[in-house]
Formats: sequence, structure tokens, C-alpha cells
Amino acid sequence: MTVTTLPAAAPVTTGFWTRTRRLGATFAGLGLLAAVLFGALAKPGVDARFLLTEDIQGATVTMPGRPAAIVFGLLCAGAGGALLAGVADRWFGWLLGTALVAVVLSFLCWQVSAAQPGLNFMPVVDIMRGSFLAALPLILGALAGVLCERSGVINVAIEGHFLVGAFAGALVGTLAASVWAGLLAAAFAGLLLALVLAVLAIRYLVDQVVLGVVLNLLALGVTGFLYEEVMKTDQDSYNNPPPFPVWEIPLLSDLPVLGPALFRANFFLYLALVLVVVVHIGLFYTRWGLRVRAVGEHPTAADTVGVRVRLVRYRNVLLAGVVSGIGGAAFTLGSTVTFNKNMTAGKGFIALAALIFGRWNPTGALLAALLFGFADKLAGYLQNVGSVIPSEFLAMLPYLATLFAVAGLVGRVRAPAADGKPYVKG
Amino acid sequence: MTTATAPEGVTGPPPEEPPAARPSLGRAFLDNLWTANPVVVTVLAFVLAMLTGAVLIVVSDAEVRATFDYLFARPSDAIEASWTVVSEAYANLFKGAIVDPEAVRGAVSGDNTWELVFFPISETLTYATPLIFTGLSVALAFRGGLFNIGAEGQVIIGGILATVTGFALPLPLGVHLVVALLAAVLGGALWGMIAGVLKARTGAHEVITTIMLNYIALYFLTWLIIQDGVRDPGRTDAISKKVDGASRLPHLAGGQLRVHLGIILAVLAAAGVAWLLNRSTVGFELRAVGANPDAARTAGMGIGRTYAIVMIISGALAGLGGASQVLGTAYALTPAFSGNVGFTGITVALLGRAKPWGVVLAGLFFGAMQAGGNRMQSFSGISIELVVVLQALIVIFIAAPALVKAIFQLRAARLGALQTSLAKGW
Repeated sequence: MTVTTLPAAAPVTTGFWTRTRRLGATFAGLGLLAAVLFGALAKPGVDARFLLTEDIQGATVTMPGRPAAIVFGLLCAGAGGALLAGVADRWFGWLLGTALVAVVLSFLCWQVSAAQPGLNFMPVVDIMRGSFLAALPLILGALAGVLCERSGVINVAIEGHFLVGAFAGALVGTLAASVWAGLLAAAFAGLLLALVLAVLAIRYLVDQVVLGVVLNLLALGVTGFLYEEVMKTDQDSYNNPPPFPVWEIPLLSDLPVLGPALFRANFFLYLALVLVVVVHIGLFYTRWGLRVRAVGEHPTAADTVGVRVRLVRYRNVLLAGVVSGIGGAAFTLGSTVTFNKNMTAGKGFIALAALIFGRWNPTGALLAALLFGFADKLAGYLQNVGSVIPSEFLAMLPYLATLFAVAGLVGRVRAPAADGKPYVKG
Repeated sequence: MTTATAPEGVTGPPPEEPPAARPSLGRAFLDNLWTANPVVVTVLAFVLAMLTGAVLIVVSDAEVRATFDYLFARPSDAIEASWTVVSEAYANLFKGAIVDPEAVRGAVSGDNTWELVFFPISETLTYATPLIFTGLSVALAFRGGLFNIGAEGQVIIGGILATVTGFALPLPLGVHLVVALLAAVLGGALWGMIAGVLKARTGAHEVITTIMLNYIALYFLTWLIIQDGVRDPGRTDAISKKVDGASRLPHLAGGQLRVHLGIILAVLAAAGVAWLLNRSTVGFELRAVGANPDAARTAGMGIGRTYAIVMIISGALAGLGGASQVLGTAYALTPAFSGNVGFTGITVALLGRAKPWGVVLAGLFFGAMQAGGNRMQSFSGISIELVVVLQALIVIFIAAPALVKAIFQLRAARLGALQTSLAKGW
């Protein structure tokens, strides 16, 4: 077992250029660019309207396109400048959030004002709901990744878990005519695939990245084969699962903008949000979480103080299988209704990207997943209003963001120290 | 092996070694037959994968499943039905991949042409061509201690450049093909270089960056195809213009059989990689860095430089795989022109144990499965997805020799020690 480290290659950001300053400089530049570019491109004299309710006659926020694009760009530059100046380290999160939101708003002001005539409005509620729906499997998949990798087992097989979960959910959900049976089956299918991953990675010490890649292939093949052989011949009796009903939470769902998007959703969204909180608290504030992190960072030390390294890893990988299996069920029982060959289409890898972009942290993963979900939904919206930005480039965004993140161009991300290294006692 | 010791006090020439001390070839064969050496494990991995595939075939066939309803009343029915469907499927797999005896009989008696006899072999070679290229790409990176999951993206970029040069440049016969191939090499090398340089400069893990680069390349392809000047003006779907005849890889055996010059180039590439790895300075450094980067650095080798070179060559090989897809068979870009050869290349490299000639054999084998799978699908009605399942299973068993050893109760090997592929972290 070799351990590759690159001590010489990793730049240590000491001195002036701390992570905060780099981020600040990036956003300051980005903000200025936005102010100039988006301001120039926005159609003069056209308002950008943001529709805040579901019906088209409801409340709107209307801004003149060009000035608003410039103002938001400058706001982003200002927030970036504050980070760069290092005057406001205490409000790091707020400033970063402001900068990010401002640059997105600047972009939107340009896009909405330059949309085809008559389409100069953006249905914010619809976009938000769509973003949450698109982010849903990503959140669950990234959470599964957190559970796995925090304990030191690399999980590249999220895509495969999604596929088996989606397939089992659709098949059993249809046969039993019950969403709950489908959900259970999806969780079980995810568990089975995770068992293969766990046994081969932990007991037989197979390279975990290799294993993940091959398990993805296996899941793709098995679900594709069974789909062709069993489902396709008789879609009605094998591939017609009932969808989860929408549960509306009274009072909360009447909140403006956020209410309809967040509290008029199906079971999966509530589960995902609850799980983020549970995993976050569990990982950072309980004995279980301390042990998991210890096993993921320094298994030998954990073993020395009596933590059973392999047991912790088995448990976490299996748990992750259940979570990502349910995430797969969200494809068939949550949004789309029937299973299709390779229907996850790389979403498992976006979940992996969200995990990395969120720095192996449940809350970070949630935010990254929401960002990627938003990018996904926005791509569809921009295509509808006839934007000059090709939707394919927006679809690249999650991958580009992750590429920049791991390259350390915008801060550095670091995996748990023992991630992917099998533990051999002695 | 025993060494004969001379009796005490006797000088002069030692007595001749007793012939029984050295086991005969047959004896050695029998001794090693049931041990966990690479050959036995590979064969048993095939057996296990075929058995699992047989189970899938039986389970998914409705008629055979029906016979299992009365298994205990008349077990012969179930066994007979299962045997029929499985043996027929695998027989078609063989006939589609190697040779169909009936076609030979027909050719001898003059009922059909000899081309029909060689059709399966031609198909096998055609499918094997890109797989050998991508397999070599992944294998070379493996030897350099890198896991190139990005062959898929490098295939796409290489294919794009080959196609664009293929239809855009007016070049004479002979020159055009060379230029198009060089363009593919350049494209793949460039895409591989990004991951290599990022690894060398910032320590960003190549698995993460190459996964992200795969999707960036894919979205770039889907965008590029529908642009004016690239898209075929006579078509409404997403397909590019066809490449010129001068830039196509010429057929080797007449227009009826698809096998083209690419297979010869692939074998030459394998020879080149074998030379590079075993006979050149670059190859020595590459292997040293792959085996132990710390020791290599101590010996004065540039780790970062080697990583960059590995990824450039690896990318160039994958780019040729893309060229063989567009210049050899498809002649135009489609969103799925790569046919997943980049991902299958990973399994080819693993099956070939990251050795150039092993990769050639593995590529031929997987190409044969692909070609046979087509026949199996059309003649036995069994989905070609089964081939993906078989490939994944074979590689899983090969990657976990300890598992095969445990299942078959093999003895520990004395010849050719087996090891799992190196496990490394992010």
C-alpha cells in the first residue's frame, strides 16, 4: 500500500495571500467584470421583473436592467474588496454570500432585461422550486458521500447507487402499488450495492476508486439489462410507479417565495433537509461523529484508543448505501415517473462534485447541491427566454466550479486524511 | 528446488543432481493448477462472471421463470429450459465474436460468400480498436501512479479535433489522414495535460479533475455539434458533417467488412508503449514515480514533470481512440460518438493488468464480447447490456483476487504473486 503525498507541490498559503484574500480578490475582479460586461450587455430602458408569487399577476420586484446589473456588480466587487482588505474576517460567511448572490443577480438583471420581448420576467418561485427538485438527489448523494468518505472509504459509486435505487423503487413501487414499498426497496438495493463496496474495499482491500468505477458500470449494466428484458416488455405492470404525494405544511407554506418552494414538496425534500441537519449534528457534536472522523483521519490512532475501525467503516458505508439508494428513488418516485436506461445521466457525479465543493461537510454539500440545482434550473429557464448563453455552458458550471475548487484557485479543499486507504491492523 | 550437497570428505566434481529434484513440466502444471496465480484467477473470474450472467438471463426470461413455478414437481423442465436459453445465448455470443460454423459450411459449399465467415472477426477487431487505445491510455497512467478516469473526455476532445480537421481542411489523400490523426493526438494530449499540470502544480487529485473534465468535454461536444458550420446542414438532429474520404482510416478487407487501419495503429501503439515503459528513460522515471514517488524524488526525479508527461501521453493515446471512432467507423460526430470507450478502457486496462500486450489481449476480448453481444441481441433476444454486466463482473473478480481465492479455496501461489491494484487516497 503506497501513500502518495505531494508535500512540495501543495502551496502553503501563508503571509498575505490567505484563502480569504484570494476569494476576496476573485470576487472583486468578478464583480467589476460583471458591472462592466453585464451592464454593457443589458438592454437599455428595459425593466427586469422578478415575479415573487405563483400567479403571473402577483407581486413583482421590478428593476431597470442596466443600472441594476451595474449596481449588483459593484456590490459584489465591494464585498470582495472587503474580504481582500481583510477588515471583516468575522463576517466572512456573510460577505461571501453577498458577493455570490450579487454577482448572480447582476447576471440575471442582464439576462432578464435582454430576454425576448414579452419574456422580461423571471418566475422566482418556480425557479426556486425547480432548483430544490434538481438539488434533491444531489443532496442525498452528497450526504452519502459524506458518510462514506468521512470514515475513510472513497465513494465514486454514487451514480451506481442512484441507478439501482431508481430501478428498484420503480419496479417494487409498481408491483406493490405503494410508494413506501418502492422506497424501502430502493434503500435495500442501495444497501446491497454498498455491501459489495464495503466488503471488497474493507475486507479485500481493492482500490476504492477502481471499485467505484466498476460498480457504476455493474449498476448501469444490471439495471439496463433488467430494464430491457423485464420492464420494457410490459411497462404498465412493471414500470409505472405511483408518485409520492405532495405534503403541504400549513402556515409555513404560506410564506412568501420560500413557502411554496420549500414547504409544498414531497417526502424526499423534507427527508433530505432533515438528514442534512441530523448528519451535521451527528458528525460534529456526538461521540459517533467523533469516532467516524477519527477513523477517517487517522485510523491507527483511533484503533489505539479502542475504536473498531472496520466496524465503523462498514456501518458508514452501508448507511451511505441506504441514503443514496433513497436518493435514487427520488428520480422515479419523486419527480419523473418511469425508470429509463441510464436515467441518472451523470447526476451521481454532480453529487460527488457537490461533496467535494462542499468540503466533505454536510452543510457545505447542501449549499453546493443547491447551487448546482439552481444552475440546472437556470439553464432551462435561459433556454426558454432565448438567451445568448448556451445552456450547455451552464450545465458545465458544477464541474468547472469543482475543478477550480480542487485546484486551489479559490481556496483549497482537503479530503479526510485516510480517505481511500484501507486499514490493515498491525 | 533442492540442492544436492556433496557428502562429507568427498572432493572433486560434485555428483550429478538427481533428476527427480526438478519437477517435470506436467508436475509443475498440476502443482500450480489450483493456486491463486494470475492465469487461474483470470480464468475463474471469467467462469464466475459467466455464471452470474447465466443467472441474470434465467431470471429475466419470463418463460424460463414460469418453469421454476413447478420446480419441485418436475425439476427437469426448469433445468432444461434454463440450459437451453443460456447455452443458446452464449453460443450466439461466440458465433458473433469469432466464427459461425454454419457460415463456414455455407462458404465451402458456395451458399454464401467468404466475407460472411470473416464478418465476426472483422467486427471484433473494429470494436477492439478504440478499446486498445483507451486501455493503453489508462494502463500507462496506472504505471505512472495516476488513475486516468478522464480517457472518456480525452476521447471526446480528440474525436472533435479529428472530425473538424477531417471535414474542414482540403488536403490531399494520405496527408489528410495523418493531419487528422495528429489533431486527435493533440486534442487528447491537451485535455490530459490539464489534469496532469493541475496535479503537478497544485496537487489536485487527478481522479476528481478528470471526472470533471469528462463532463466539461461532453457538454462542449453537445454544444459544438449544433453550431452552424459543424452541424450537417441536411439533418435536423444533432450530427456533424461527415469527414472527407481522404481523412478516413482505410478498410483493410474490402468495403463489406468494417475492420480498418486503426487496429494496426493500435497494435503499433501498444508496441510503442511497451518500448516507452521498458526501454526508455522516460518510462523508467514513470515507473519509478508510479512505484514510489518519495523514493523517486529522493533519486532526483521531477515528480510533477513526470505526472504532466504521463497525462499528456495518456491523453494522446485516448485521443487516438476518439480518432478511430470518427475516422474509422462513424465518420461524423454525434453526442454519443465515443460509445463509452473511455470508461470501458478502464476495465480493459485492469483486465490487461496495465501491461501493453495484456491490454491488447483484453481489448480484443472486450471487442469480441461487444461484437458477440450484437448477435446475441438480435438472434437470442437478450439485451446487449449483458455484455456490460459481464465486463464489470470480470473486472471486479480480477481486482479482488483474494475473493476468487476464497470462493474456490485456491492455495497460495508460489509462481507469480498476485496483488490487488494499489490503493491510494484522494
